[in-house]
Amino acid sequence: MQPLIEVRNLRYRYEDGTVALNGVDFHLDPGESVALLGANGSGKTTFVMHLNGLLGADGGGGQGSVEVCGMPVDKKNLAAIRRKIGMVFQDSESQLFMPTVLEDVAFGPLNLGLDAATATERARAALDRVGMAGATARAPYHLSAGEKKRVAIAGILAMEPEILVLDEPTTFLDPPGRRSLADLLQNLPQAKILVTHDTSFARSICTRAVFFRNGTVQASGSIGDVVDQFGWDLTPAGNASGR
Amino acid sequence: MHHVVLERWSRRSSPMHRSDPRAKIVDLLVFLVVLATAHRGLPLIAAALGALLCCAIVWSRLPLGGALARAAVVLPFSLAFAAVCWLAGDPARGVHLAVKSYLSALAVLLVVSTTPLPILLRGLEALGAPRFLLMVAQFLYRYLFVISEEAQHMAKAAQSRGATAAGMLARAARFQAAAGALAVLFARSYGRAAEIHRAMLARGFQGHFETVATLRFRKADLALAIAGSLGPVALRFALERCC
Repeated sequence: MQPLIEVRNLRYRYEDGTVALNGVDFHLDPGESVALLGANGSGKTTFVMHLNGLLGADGGGGQGSVEVCGMPVDKKNLAAIRRKIGMVFQDSESQLFMPTVLEDVAFGPLNLGLDAATATERARAALDRVGMAGATARAPYHLSAGEKKRVAIAGILAMEPEILVLDEPTTFLDPPGRRSLADLLQNLPQAKILVTHDTSFARSICTRAVFFRNGTVQASGSIGDVVDQFGWDLTPAGNASGR
Repeated sequence: MHHVVLERWSRRSSPMHRSDPRAKIVDLLVFLVVLATAHRGLPLIAAALGALLCCAIVWSRLPLGGALARAAVVLPFSLAFAAVCWLAGDPARGVHLAVKSYLSALAVLLVVSTTPLPILLRGLEALGAPRFLLMVAQFLYRYLFVISEEAQHMAKAAQSRGATAAGMLARAARFQAAAGALAVLFARSYGRAAEIHRAMLARGFQGHFETVATLRFRKADLALAIAGSLGPVALRFALERCC
């Protein structure tokens, strides 16, 4: 079975000289959900930004190979790869840039070349799926943090991607919002990559975890094993901090 | 904030709200040219054009007092220039400047308050306005609120550490600190812009902005465009002949 994502020996250095990734190997199989764990600055977000070519596609600062659905991530394949990978950013405020919810969710499908009627239809279906069907005419800045996150996810689902990448999806969410997001993600069939510090949330969605430290993968395995190995659990039964 | 109120007004229902934005933009341009180029008999012409605007505001089911008050936002700027004219020995020019700028602002406010922003931008685009400028306007409108909130948070953080607005300006060191805070706000806005750009790229943006808003120019819109253009022109010619 061909993996959806295959990364080999990925290295990346920012312009200021900071080494963010130092030889990362990774794979994601169809239908799989993987949590990326690790301290702030360990390279998780830099890593996921390579998956759809937001970093590294121009060859600057990076080495190694990234393949998505068998296609190398380079300038030639960017449009096709961005159809395959939907990325939900940490701060939904930055992702919701259109004046109304419906227009924002339709932004991706319109960029795929769909006509306005089909894009609207897809946007409405995606909003319905995340429970925001009644918010089409609302302005994004009138939404709560949980609603913004749902609309941001709808904006990605409307593009019908095969892989979802979510960067710190529980940031700014209260416990009910967090629970409702977990329910939503559990019911989505796409393969998922979750960048998170929230291990209990990760446990509810993912089966495998990859632990990043100093730009390298320190461990990969079942989420329970990885969390125990690095003392990354914040629940009462676990330890309070990473090592 | 002003733009939140205007947006709420723009979502109301009236014949003016339902009109095609192109008809309203053409009317607005004609109105502005008629007003800006009027000299002879200006007090009478300004009064007549002001009355015309008030009728249009009432017809659009907008609160007249609120609209008149909000248009006064330009007065601090135009009154400053009017004061310069006064000091230069040309008080009539100063009064003309203040009156023209106020009525122009009222006319713009009428169009903005009866046309949701995406539709207005679509209308401007259809009339040949540069896409890039429209995109900048759209982002400015969307993120003004967010940047203002960030500024308020920073102000609160400064106040919680004993800073006051008067104190910030009173001493050189504190003034430097206030200037530094502005620089931080600028850097945050820049960071926000970079994030938004990444989010757009991740959803397939390739430099061309598509929206789902579609326009239909009906007979009623043609009638509005003609009546709204001829009205101010006829008023001005009639009043100039009287003077």
